[in-house]
Amino acid sequence: MSAAATIKGSRQFDAACAILDRFGRNPTRLIPILQALQEEYRYLPGELLAYVATALGVPPARVYGVATFYAHFTLAPRGKYVIRLCDGTACHVKNSIPILEALRQRLGLTAERKTTPDLLFTVETVSCLGACGLAPVVVINDQVHGQVTPEHAVALVEEIIAREKPAAA
Amino acid sequence: MTTTTNSHETMDLERLGAAWRIAAAPLARRIVVCAGTGCVANGALAVHAALKQALETAGIHVVLDLRAEEAGAACPAAGRPGVRLSGSGCHGFCQMGPLVTVLPEHILYTRVKPADAAEIVDTTLVRGGLVERLLYRDDAATAPCHGPGDIPFYSRQARTVLAGCGELDPEDIREYIAGGGYHAAYKVLTTMTPEAVCAEMLASGLRGRGGGGFPTGRKWELTRKQPGARKIIICNGDEGDPGAFMDRSVMEGNPHRVLEGMLIAARAIGAGEGVVYVRAEYPLAVKRVRQAVIDATALGILGPRALGTDIPFVVEVMEGAGAFVCGEETALIASIEGKRGMPTPKPPFPAESGLWGCPTVINNVETLATVPLVLAGGAAAFRTLGTAGSPGTKTFALTGHVRNTGLIEVPFGTTLRHIVFAVGGGVTDSSGAADPAGFKAVQIGGPSGGCLTPAHLDLPLDFDSLKTVGAMIGSGGLVVMNRQTCMVNVAHFFMQFTQNESCGKCVPCREGTKQLLAMLDDIIEGRADAGVLDRLEKLARVVQLSSLCGLGKTAPNPVLSTLRHFRQEYEEHVLHKHCATGQCKALRKPEILAAKCVGCTACVRKCPVAAIHGERKQAHRIDPALCIRCGACVTACKFNAITGV
Amino acid sequence: MQNTVTSKPAVPVLTLNGRSVELGGERNLLELIRKAGIDLPTFCYHSELSVYGACRLCLVEIEGRGIQASCAVTPEAGLKVRTDTADLREIRRTNIELLLASHHQGCTTCGKSAACRLLELARRLGVDTVRFTARRPPAPLDLTSPALVRDPNKCVLCGDCVRFCHEIQGIGAIDFAHRGSAAAVVPAFNRGLGEVECVHCGQCARVCPTGAIMPRSEEEPVWKALQDPGKTVVAQIAPAVRVALGETLGLAPGEDTTGRLSAAMRRLGFAKVYDTAFTADLTVIEEAEEYLRRRAAGFAGPMFTSCCPAWVRYSELAASDLLPRLSSCRSPQQMFGALARDLLPKQLGVAPENLVVVSIMPCTAKKYEAGRAEFAHNGRRDLDAVLTTQELAHMIQGAGVRFSELVPEPLDMPFACTSGAGLLFGASGGVSEAVLRYAAAKLSGGAAPAANYGAADGTAARREVTVTVNEIRLRLGMVYGLREAQEILKEVRAGTCEYDLIEVMACPGGCVGGAGQPVPAGPETTARRACGLRHAAAAAPLHGAQDNPFITKLYQEHLGEPGGPRAHKLLHTKYQTRRRLGKSDGLPLIHGQDVGRVKVSVCLGTSCHLRGSQKVLRGLAKALEERGLAERVELTGAFCHERCDRGPAVTVNGQVFDHCTAELALAQVEAALAVATGA
Repeated sequence: MSAAATIKGSRQFDAACAILDRFGRNPTRLIPILQALQEEYRYLPGELLAYVATALGVPPARVYGVATFYAHFTLAPRGKYVIRLCDGTACHVKNSIPILEALRQRLGLTAERKTTPDLLFTVETVSCLGACGLAPVVVINDQVHGQVTPEHAVALVEEIIAREKPAAA
Repeated sequence: MTTTTNSHETMDLERLGAAWRIAAAPLARRIVVCAGTGCVANGALAVHAALKQALETAGIHVVLDLRAEEAGAACPAAGRPGVRLSGSGCHGFCQMGPLVTVLPEHILYTRVKPADAAEIVDTTLVRGGLVERLLYRDDAATAPCHGPGDIPFYSRQARTVLAGCGELDPEDIREYIAGGGYHAAYKVLTTMTPEAVCAEMLASGLRGRGGGGFPTGRKWELTRKQPGARKIIICNGDEGDPGAFMDRSVMEGNPHRVLEGMLIAARAIGAGEGVVYVRAEYPLAVKRVRQAVIDATALGILGPRALGTDIPFVVEVMEGAGAFVCGEETALIASIEGKRGMPTPKPPFPAESGLWGCPTVINNVETLATVPLVLAGGAAAFRTLGTAGSPGTKTFALTGHVRNTGLIEVPFGTTLRHIVFAVGGGVTDSSGAADPAGFKAVQIGGPSGGCLTPAHLDLPLDFDSLKTVGAMIGSGGLVVMNRQTCMVNVAHFFMQFTQNESCGKCVPCREGTKQLLAMLDDIIEGRADAGVLDRLEKLARVVQLSSLCGLGKTAPNPVLSTLRHFRQEYEEHVLHKHCATGQCKALRKPEILAAKCVGCTACVRKCPVAAIHGERKQAHRIDPALCIRCGACVTACKFNAITGV
Repeated sequence: MQNTVTSKPAVPVLTLNGRSVELGGERNLLELIRKAGIDLPTFCYHSELSVYGACRLCLVEIEGRGIQASCAVTPEAGLKVRTDTADLREIRRTNIELLLASHHQGCTTCGKSAACRLLELARRLGVDTVRFTARRPPAPLDLTSPALVRDPNKCVLCGDCVRFCHEIQGIGAIDFAHRGSAAAVVPAFNRGLGEVECVHCGQCARVCPTGAIMPRSEEEPVWKALQDPGKTVVAQIAPAVRVALGETLGLAPGEDTTGRLSAAMRRLGFAKVYDTAFTADLTVIEEAEEYLRRRAAGFAGPMFTSCCPAWVRYSELAASDLLPRLSSCRSPQQMFGALARDLLPKQLGVAPENLVVVSIMPCTAKKYEAGRAEFAHNGRRDLDAVLTTQELAHMIQGAGVRFSELVPEPLDMPFACTSGAGLLFGASGGVSEAVLRYAAAKLSGGAAPAANYGAADGTAARREVTVTVNEIRLRLGMVYGLREAQEILKEVRAGTCEYDLIEVMACPGGCVGGAGQPVPAGPETTARRACGLRHAAAAAPLHGAQDNPFITKLYQEHLGEPGGPRAHKLLHTKYQTRRRLGKSDGLPLIHGQDVGRVKVSVCLGTSCHLRGSQKVLRGLAKALEERGLAERVELTGAFCHERCDRGPAVTVNGQVFDHCTAELALAQVEAALAVATGA
């Protein structure tokens, strides 16, 4: 493990404290706080939520309730590449589901199991990214891909795998 | 009528606008690259960079930021001719992006690649010609269109709310001011009483664009009359309807217009603070609105003395966290307060007790962006477009099986036919080719709305006419569906959506939508019994009547509406286990055409469940009971002998 | 006068199902409709709690407004309301059907079926079939709490428990999580109730309309002991039990059933039936003496009572700074337990190991209290089992004993002789009243008349009473509901609280409103039970604890002086701070890889947090990094070392250091590293 990895938790905790301070440790700012923390940690570990509850002086059950209500918050670690498939109406009528099926099949994922064991990919659906003109749409991290076909989507994944695992490829 | 007297020197918007115009004057030409979500996804930023490079290579002075030019205006060397290169918000014609506009000629280049930059600079900017291959053609036979003026998609719309989107630099507040922006707010804050503003809004007949169509003036008036010193205006940018992106485009393309609308609303109800709640899936809109608030605050348009008056108005931007139900007013308020976005019973209405318990007005983005128009031109002028009951224009997100998909704006009262065929360019089949007779239905209003059929093509669309046919404007998603679309599947899609997005608080919505979805599952999986449609209809009605909030009350609409107009299709699914469109996988009847089958056994080898039997060189048979409809055999068959999979 | 035509003052009216109904300042339409004699069904409406509006059963049709939930509508004159249209009936039935479809339908074996609101409404509304099929995936039972069992499969998500825990108890141990059809009421992080900051008051179970949260039954082990010929089973009965037990056995709330109760219990096989009110008298003396001793020693500010185990647990979890103010007296239940173990084997001629001691309590938290480690000796709990009123009633029914026909029998001596004051312990204010009676006698040297100070008379959540005896002024505060108690805590912390003694009960109305009592029961039932206790107390021949000859004798023969060493050993206890969330891995900060790395954790729990543990943690992390020691340590932010009163607490290789700073912690880590290197 690299030196940076050893103290990664320390850096993240510094950032978490700074985030809490930025929002004045105000319980009504719980949602933006969780958003910022998720940006930092890429997901919301339970221990972190417990700390947020402590720091904001609210019951942990309430923090958990908010974190599980909103679709954007994720309490499980996510892959390095988060693939979000738009399943809004426009994408749906233009056959977004076969894309999802192709991606899941390629990566061995299901509706319940959204992240690959090597933490490289997470595949999830979102209800409309507002890019309906480009339907169907797939977003990989922040990169939007429009008018995608199942083959195209799998090719994008292959490209990433080749880049990330040159030895295995 | 009394006017607000002001001892302070109020803001000189004219001067700010004039400064911008002076700075812009030497720049005869301007290139606008669309920087909306769609075009950015298609590579607009690379096009922007390539254009900059190409202009510089051609020795043309490129101006990216007019503020820099203004600053230099005092020195003699400034003001030299050049080209301004800027980004804009979404034009609405996303499928043709990235879009590049050249001003003042209004040339619109479509599907521009970075490699095209040099040619655009050389042909158009240096030599004044047109790059024909990048122009839009309505179809291959006709001549290329020069710009929006002769592209039917644009020319058949009436863009007022979206007017600025497409050319205006959304990140330059001065350009907005130079075009008359914030003048309406200035007039309201310096010369009109709250009563007068509300009266003007009532007279305009403006109705909320977010769903129900409640008169905006009445909402304001109710809130204005509430006691209490602290009042709040919320801009609802939590546009969650799948298949709708009007508000995204307005926030990205003309964020100051929204802020100006909020400022006017604030004056009308006496609010000193505002919140813009933007859906988290719209990162660009979040960024633009945040920047707009910073810029407007820096200029003193917002702040403790808004526009230099004694009236304070500050605005905060909050990003949603992914919950459709937060489009509902009380859930939105709960979310801003840091809670689970669960609606609360009304009464009390937000106008009485909203955010932090204060009287609160919640208007959607498009409504607020329309407000400056109403106040600038007056109620009477506003009423010249649209119908008597639904004045003004409405933006729609036109998507689905239609040639031109994108964001459109038409006056209320426009027929569906005009939208689908004149603006949208007609229906396409599932491969994208024109299918003039393919129109089957339009789903309007998203998961809360209903569907319209060929019988409604000549129905003038407005709030009231749609209600009579069991649909609603909703936030304005308009999804065109061709004859290859299964309406049961469509109803299932929306029910799945509302079921996912139900907050889970009230019984009819939480449990009812689950059961409705289960019944639809049964229908498309071929398990349903003959009584299912009756149960479906009855339960849908109970959910509609008894749910706590608007999400639940409208959740059954897609089911009820498709049942109403396509009952026969449902019956075919239920009674005959047949889906004419073939979309319902489980109902497909796999068959090997004996006449075509040569008995090559390719399909037998590919079938993962051993559902195909047959001797070599004899016609094969497929066992529908074993078949999982995976389609492997169809791909393997070189003779097109297999159907129904 | 008969000749004058008087026009009645216009009473505002509305029309309900075509009949005119007067408005009387009701908070909402639902209350008005119920007052008018129509019992509109609801799951989520409780007069004690905020309006939630989720069950959609109390819907009414209002002319011009359509269908509305009556709980959320303010009554207005002139409204035309209907409660019985075809649509409304259809809606109610369908909603019940929907709930049944995703409900665990083992009604015949459900402990709540006799009092289940869902079942009752299904019958009442004539739901004879369930047309729907989609169920939710089964969820496991939560058996982590010693007091309660949570069965998520029976939850109708009315949120009553959530709101009670939050609004009345100010705790929020359970809340909604997830959404849509996955929505659930769960403790934080989907842990068990026993692994979070639940105080086991069980009020969630009391308000639950179904069997989703129930008191944890101990009937089976008690039956087993009763049927074991080698065992002698004795029981104590808390004051509040006797005035509520009858409710499930065909009697009215508040009716004193002591005689029949003891008769019934003997028929079940209990060898002796004693009265917890006896040890309540003991508690009064010990507590009053403790207070007077503290006062004499210059202890300023109020002392808190410690009879309520939910309150004690709350203090340990969330008010560690105020633990020194908590009376060290055991509760009457535990005093009884200690005395029973100490005296009964000899008295009854039973081998200690064959004596089974059972409590009958109105309370679920008593189950938790009986299991506390300090109330066990040599692996044997003082109290073998705690039954709630509900459980005892169930056992009586199960044995087929016809309760109402029983001839009353007296309780067993010597623990049957109680003062009226001891009986009052079951109602809010009762402890205060008992203390005042004792203190008045004591301070006046026995000269004060036997007065009733009225401390147990009120129904408000917070009350106070002031009494001056011999120029000594005693000011007592009484409170029920832990949120209300938290308000007092704030005043105590701010130094603005002028009470001498503060009586805290977690449940509304005190123990009579406990979660072990028969359900359903609203504030009115609770008030009638309290009234029953007051009657019993007034009828009791002894006024205060000081008048109880058996108590005097007990001190003389066994305990010595009140507050003396022997009394202290048997009747007092100690408190400790406790972590709110069960064990966790902590938040990793530095993840060193060296084999002999030192394990360091800094507490991030609330109390340490308030004492600046975040600064300690960051300071320590920074210092370790700067010194290049990162690979040699494993540093985590942990959740609670249970030393909240001495934080910030830092653990280095298992050793805890209190009142730590970053510098001190660093020195300890370096020392540990030196040891590791040296070794």
